[in-house]
Amino acid sequence: MARRALPGFGLSLGVTLTYLGLLVVIPLSTIVLKTSSLTWAQFWTVVTAPRAVASFALSLGASLVAAAIASVFGLIVAWVLVRYEFPGRGLIDALVDLPFALPTAVAGIALTATWGSTGVLGRYLHAIGVEGAYSRLGIVIALVFLGVPFVVRTVQPVLVQLDPRLEEAAETLGATRLQAFVRVVLPALRPAIVTGFALAFSRALGEYGSVVFISGNMPGKTEIAPLLVMTKLEQFDYSGATALALVMVISSFAILIAINSFGRRSRKRDLHRKRPPEERPTLPPPATIVRGHV
Amino acid sequence: MRRAMRLTKFHGVGVVSLLATVACNGSKSAANGDGKTSDIKTVELLNVSYDPTRELYVELDDAFAKQYRDTKHVTVTIKQSHGGSGKQARSVIDGLEADVVSLGLAGDIDAIADSGLLAKDWQTRLPEHSTPYTSTIVFLVRKGNPKAVKDWGDLVKDDVKVIASNPKTSGGARWAYLGAWGHGKKTSGSDEGAKAFVKQLYQHVPVLDSGARGSTTTFVERGQGDVLLSWENEAYLAQDQAKDQGFEIVVPPRSILAEPPVAVVDRVVAKHGTAEVSKAFLEFLYTEPAQEIIAKNHYRPRSKTVKSDLPELELFSIDDLGGWGVVQKTHFADGGVFDAIYTK
Amino acid sequence: MKRAVGETPWVRRSLIAIAVGFFVLFMVVPLGVVFAIAVRDGIAPYLAAITTPDAKSAIKLTLLVAGIAVPLNIGFGIAAAWSLARFKFPGRRALLTLIDIPFAVSPVVVGMMFILLFGAHGYLHSSHKIVFAVPGIVLATTFVTIPFVARALIPALEARGPEQELAALTLGASPWQTFWRVTLPGLRWPLAYGAILSTARAIGEFGAVSVVSGHIRGETNTVPLHIEILYNDFQYQAAFAVATILVVLALATVVLQRVVEWRAERNRV
Repeated sequence: MARRALPGFGLSLGVTLTYLGLLVVIPLSTIVLKTSSLTWAQFWTVVTAPRAVASFALSLGASLVAAAIASVFGLIVAWVLVRYEFPGRGLIDALVDLPFALPTAVAGIALTATWGSTGVLGRYLHAIGVEGAYSRLGIVIALVFLGVPFVVRTVQPVLVQLDPRLEEAAETLGATRLQAFVRVVLPALRPAIVTGFALAFSRALGEYGSVVFISGNMPGKTEIAPLLVMTKLEQFDYSGATALALVMVISSFAILIAINSFGRRSRKRDLHRKRPPEERPTLPPPATIVRGHV
Repeated sequence: MRRAMRLTKFHGVGVVSLLATVACNGSKSAANGDGKTSDIKTVELLNVSYDPTRELYVELDDAFAKQYRDTKHVTVTIKQSHGGSGKQARSVIDGLEADVVSLGLAGDIDAIADSGLLAKDWQTRLPEHSTPYTSTIVFLVRKGNPKAVKDWGDLVKDDVKVIASNPKTSGGARWAYLGAWGHGKKTSGSDEGAKAFVKQLYQHVPVLDSGARGSTTTFVERGQGDVLLSWENEAYLAQDQAKDQGFEIVVPPRSILAEPPVAVVDRVVAKHGTAEVSKAFLEFLYTEPAQEIIAKNHYRPRSKTVKSDLPELELFSIDDLGGWGVVQKTHFADGGVFDAIYTK
Repeated sequence: MKRAVGETPWVRRSLIAIAVGFFVLFMVVPLGVVFAIAVRDGIAPYLAAITTPDAKSAIKLTLLVAGIAVPLNIGFGIAAAWSLARFKFPGRRALLTLIDIPFAVSPVVVGMMFILLFGAHGYLHSSHKIVFAVPGIVLATTFVTIPFVARALIPALEARGPEQELAALTLGASPWQTFWRVTLPGLRWPLAYGAILSTARAIGEFGAVSVVSGHIRGETNTVPLHIEILYNDFQYQAAFAVATILVVLALATVVLQRVVEWRAERNRV
């Protein structure tokens, strides 16, 4: 691409760098600066304290489980939306995006009210001794709610472009429907599913607003990592809070980079595969836009 | 094409007008504390308070404003902020410009004093350790008291679930913890016994909210637990708010005297020019009309003449446990007793 | 898509049932609960709850904050898209990833960063009230909405290629003319899309604002914070009533997105 033929490079790059520098780099550096007031030994103690480890493990575990569940159901929803016609399909298709747009505080109180022991759905769980709120299950439920749209929106476009003739060919050659699905469809969808999973997972990791209402916040049991950071803040333990925050930011960032490079690699791979000519979309799939914790 | 141009022009106009509004709002709030116009003076105070006092201060602020307008011809508006006591203290230290603070325990105001925002001898500047009202920790139980909870010891019965908040973030939670500690110490006679009791107690707590209000919500609205460890005034409030659920208040024979103090934040009032009004507000809290509002809101008034319908019980104070300095360090600091009993 | 070979109707119907059932249980019922609780005491209390002075100032503050954050990020998004989509330079990849960082930072941490910067003991402390006041809320909200517009514009601009702009320039248009009349019109739909998303996000931001806000009633509470306050004040019906405002806004967002996508499709044909 011509650097000189097109004008505006200096201005646009300047604005971009200044904006990011002021609004992103400088604030983030405070976390590093504050943490660096600890010695390595102190840092290690804070980050490996049983309560901290428990909260990391919980955030990590719950996010993984939730992303997995979201992937399964997201795949089913995407499949059903693309391949079948049924009443209400358009409505569901539109509503899939709702968790993106819904403020997490609202999601938090709504989910708690629904799945708590007195809630419209939670009461049935309570009857069989399962707590839908104030439990790890509650956390997973909230994270699934947030993660499903990522999976649906990453899988859908790929599914739409998947040539059904490939599956038909497999079946005319003697494969059963299930075999055709597993051996033709799934591999083609795999990059999308993995990306959706990773997006749902990274979103779930830092989630605060919705989880904090439904979780119960028991140290060691249902205390998610962001809440522990909050607690340390409220105890005037700034460097402890930033130490934990640093760990969280670095790991989320690493996952983000992994997702991006994976996406890039699978796109390059796709370009080499023969595909029916398609329009290049001017809108990226919403999933790649809307990652984020609220 | 033209639509795009209009769109961006619209954005431009929008940004400019919004920035103008912000600028206006900004300058307005800057003129707050020293708004002096001819004969009608208006003053604005920020009262940073702890969780359960929301309803209390709505009334107190009103009453004070009325009285001050009548006597000094100055219109006072008091803005309120509420949250967990520790959290509020931290916000003030970090720059939340409170003219006065009314927090859940002296330890939190001490922390603010340590940061230089107010004098270290703040607790001697107003009567009764700068605490115009007190409270205690009681139990809120469900209708009929099905688990027959009468005293602290009943809280650790096998099938009893207790709702409490996190001592690390909530003032009320710290008082509750200390109430339990006091009981444990008295019955066992030793610190070890107290620690064992408190440890047992927290094992019966399934949900640990970060503030006293959060715990009440969990107990009342979400139906969790059999007993709520609560500020006394909060228990009455919950009872009123959820009349149809028929909650009962169980006052143990012995509990801790919870003293939530108030203070003027010297540095801030100096900056805002609100020292006189702030001091007047806090002094107002000790007067008869204010004490009556206090009693009405189920707090224990300091005034001997104002009638309170709250039950008598044996109360021990923080001084019996060594004072906040000692208690904070031993129990609630990082690595303290609470952390120890929580490590699995 | 009807096909000659496919799943048995039995499989098809169960999959649909699972998908719809899951969707209804997880997504629709909670929203219904919000409305149900909001009006459980009747319509009058519902209306009263959303028109209290505190509620009104919360709505005003939310709109003000979004009204600043979104245009700022639109400006940034355009600049970033131009520099990153039209030019290649060392560090371009890193810059792209840098734009994504707000996604990786938990909201509590976002709030904490600004307190570390502008708080009374912060690195850039001044006598101006930034945190625990409106500017802090604006900063936090702007931070979390940085990536939306940029990430909508960059692929769009990349996909369009510079041919039209180069053509315009060779035909004698000035750079700014080219930008306003050639580039931006083509970006109209991605821009709208990104703006809608970032507005929805700015309105709903909770965690970061909660940390920097100070919770001064009637002054530094946005609508999500106001909901939390009502919730904590035992005013559940009122909390859910105010929440319905945000639910309606979210639904509107979703509808608008659909409209934008539809218009973009139509334009392409």
